[in-house]
Amino acid sequence: MRLLHFWASHRGELASLFVQHATLVVISTSAAIIVGVPMGIVAARAPRAGRWLLGLVNVAQTIPSLALLGFLLPLPIFGGLGTRTALLTLSIYALLPILRTTMTGIQQVDRAVVEAGVAMGMTGRQLLWLVELPLALPSIVGGIRLATVIGIATATIAAAIGAGGLGEYIFRGLSMADTTTILAGAIPSAVFAIAADALLGWAGRRLSTARIATSMALRAGGVAVVMLAIASGVAYARAGRDTIVVGSKNFTEQVILGELVAQRLEHEGLHVDRRLNLGGTFICDRALRAGELDVYVEYTGTAVTAVFHQDVPRDRQLAFARTRELYAPSGVTVGEPLGFNNTFTMFVRGEDARRLGLHTIDDLRPVMSGWTAGFGYEFLQRDDGFPGLAARYGLQFRGTPRAMDLSLIYRALAARQVDVIAGDATSALVAPLDLAPLADNRHYFPPYDAVPVVRTAAMLQHPEMRRALVALAGSVSDAEMRTLNAAVDVEHRDVKAVVREFLGYDGGHE
Amino acid sequence: MVVRFDGVAFQRGEALPILADVNLTIESGEIVAVVGRSGAGKTTLLKLVNRLLLPTAGAVIVDGRDTRAWDAIGLRRRIGYVFQDVGLFPHMTVEDNVAIVPRLERWTPERTGARVHELLALVGLDPGSFAARRPHELSGGQRQRVGLARALAANPPVLLMDEPFGALDPVTRLAIRREFKRIHERLHMTVVFVTHDVAEAFALGDRVGIIDDRALIACDTPTAISRSSDPRVRALLETLPSVPVSADARS
Repeated sequence: MRLLHFWASHRGELASLFVQHATLVVISTSAAIIVGVPMGIVAARAPRAGRWLLGLVNVAQTIPSLALLGFLLPLPIFGGLGTRTALLTLSIYALLPILRTTMTGIQQVDRAVVEAGVAMGMTGRQLLWLVELPLALPSIVGGIRLATVIGIATATIAAAIGAGGLGEYIFRGLSMADTTTILAGAIPSAVFAIAADALLGWAGRRLSTARIATSMALRAGGVAVVMLAIASGVAYARAGRDTIVVGSKNFTEQVILGELVAQRLEHEGLHVDRRLNLGGTFICDRALRAGELDVYVEYTGTAVTAVFHQDVPRDRQLAFARTRELYAPSGVTVGEPLGFNNTFTMFVRGEDARRLGLHTIDDLRPVMSGWTAGFGYEFLQRDDGFPGLAARYGLQFRGTPRAMDLSLIYRALAARQVDVIAGDATSALVAPLDLAPLADNRHYFPPYDAVPVVRTAAMLQHPEMRRALVALAGSVSDAEMRTLNAAVDVEHRDVKAVVREFLGYDGGHE
Repeated sequence: MVVRFDGVAFQRGEALPILADVNLTIESGEIVAVVGRSGAGKTTLLKLVNRLLLPTAGAVIVDGRDTRAWDAIGLRRRIGYVFQDVGLFPHMTVEDNVAIVPRLERWTPERTGARVHELLALVGLDPGSFAARRPHELSGGQRQRVGLARALAANPPVLLMDEPFGALDPVTRLAIRREFKRIHERLHMTVVFVTHDVAEAFALGDRVGIIDDRALIACDTPTAISRSSDPRVRALLETLPSVPVSADARS
């Protein structure tokens, strides 16, 4: 019921996402046909080269889709944030079924029939067009059908790099942990796949019984596909850019921060292109270095460990300085921290904190012997998780700490199943559930200060960017970030409106 | 058009030769029926004529020119070929199958259409009911007739036939053999016909050639062959499936 309501209220968006999705699949499958069918012909004629080609395409097929997107992003002409990289990735995945069915289709043409053609004086080309391709056609159509269905399923990841499609709802739903939104994207793409499969199956049967010269149909089809590809190539040719591209990763806090930066830049009179909800740190980092993104918000701890694979200094200032140093050689400037530190934080119930006067982790020691702790699975296992924490503070809780899923841990604390937890400093649930953070007075947890990372070249070109970033420095406290997260995740309010209100742009300009 | 084998040998790589020192002249309008066991090199003999294979020694001369000097495509379009397993194109109608070579030779559609109808009538198939059918809708005998029509489509002066009637039942085979004789009397092309059926060779050939032990050991009129005292010819005639006695041979 909620799902129907969602579709009804997002009619326009749903339709345009569907069109984007279908366009991605049609163009990428067409490109795979243009490349794959000739490759299949070569492979059928020269089995040695064929094995190499097939092996190569097979390997490409095994690369996980997000990784492939990341690798292709920095490519000139074909790469980039958005449609082109998505098309390239989808084409690569569509290649294998088409190449393979073309090859086997041609190889399985009756030898006697091929010899008859040769003996009648057909040239190699005539043999191909008049005999081999028409007879391999049902097999090739089968491959195209398979490639299309795979393409429809895979195209959902296009949203990870801002190429749109029905995956938008899936990613949006995943980042908000909202099943309705996930299904709003997943169900139409499944129906689309089933419908496309049935349609192509029907077309395949028509083709094999058609009385018209199939070679003519094939040629006309080939011409149509080439024209379509050229047209779409023109349509997708890189548009000239005098706008700042703002990105974000795909969870609520990141989308809010992306919007925050975007509105601040717009306030300075700059044009902004939002590429929010990109598929993770890896994608954002590749996009920034490839010049496809001009700015996104990273966390110092994440930058040093996940991007540069180094140990994070425990001091916030040192961690920030290290982050700056590491980014500098790649032409990336790190702006002043926004203010909040989204690190691991120990929480207790607010009433306990007030009753017992708990402010720091050290304050736990008098009460800990009677308290149960609850942690995420990973935090419990890792040396730099609970074992290190317990050693640093000399913590000893009642029994062994309970392991639980991170998404449930806040509610478990509020429901008195456990008495102390480690969670995200900026979790949306902190205020609604009345949880109290304890200060890490012995600096055990690495700092995760939010910092804008900016392409230096873009900043030099648009000096207004610096003004905007300076204005943002130190402007969001831990508590404010929690409130913003809660406004979106708990109250389900619109991100743009929430940010506009926060920046005090309400009523000012639209 | 005359086809001449001049000391022709053929072998693949280092393997045993398939044919060695074949000398044979097939006169214009003559039917030479070559018999031999399966695998004796009969099909190889045919493939040397239309340059599907080139001899490793000697030369095959078609119309006074060495096949090596012929353009392969041009040569093949002047030579009709009827196959052992017919090789009709399964995705094309009877009409399209027969029209292949005329279309490759860029005849006008009118001329091609008229020719197809003429040929179907010639091989005893009513164009009205057969032209639009597909190979899988035909009986074995009808398919063989279409194969013959297709081979004759562009008026080839030379026709190569590889066990063309081998897969047919005896009654149909006899009928189509008579039909072929009649067609040959009208068109008078040079025919090289290979078969393992001695009766068929004697029934159709103006001369009968015998291939054994990689060589053409005899080639003469049916009467002369049946009277041959060559022990290899006698042995071959006796080991072959049918006895070389038929009404056509005696007459």
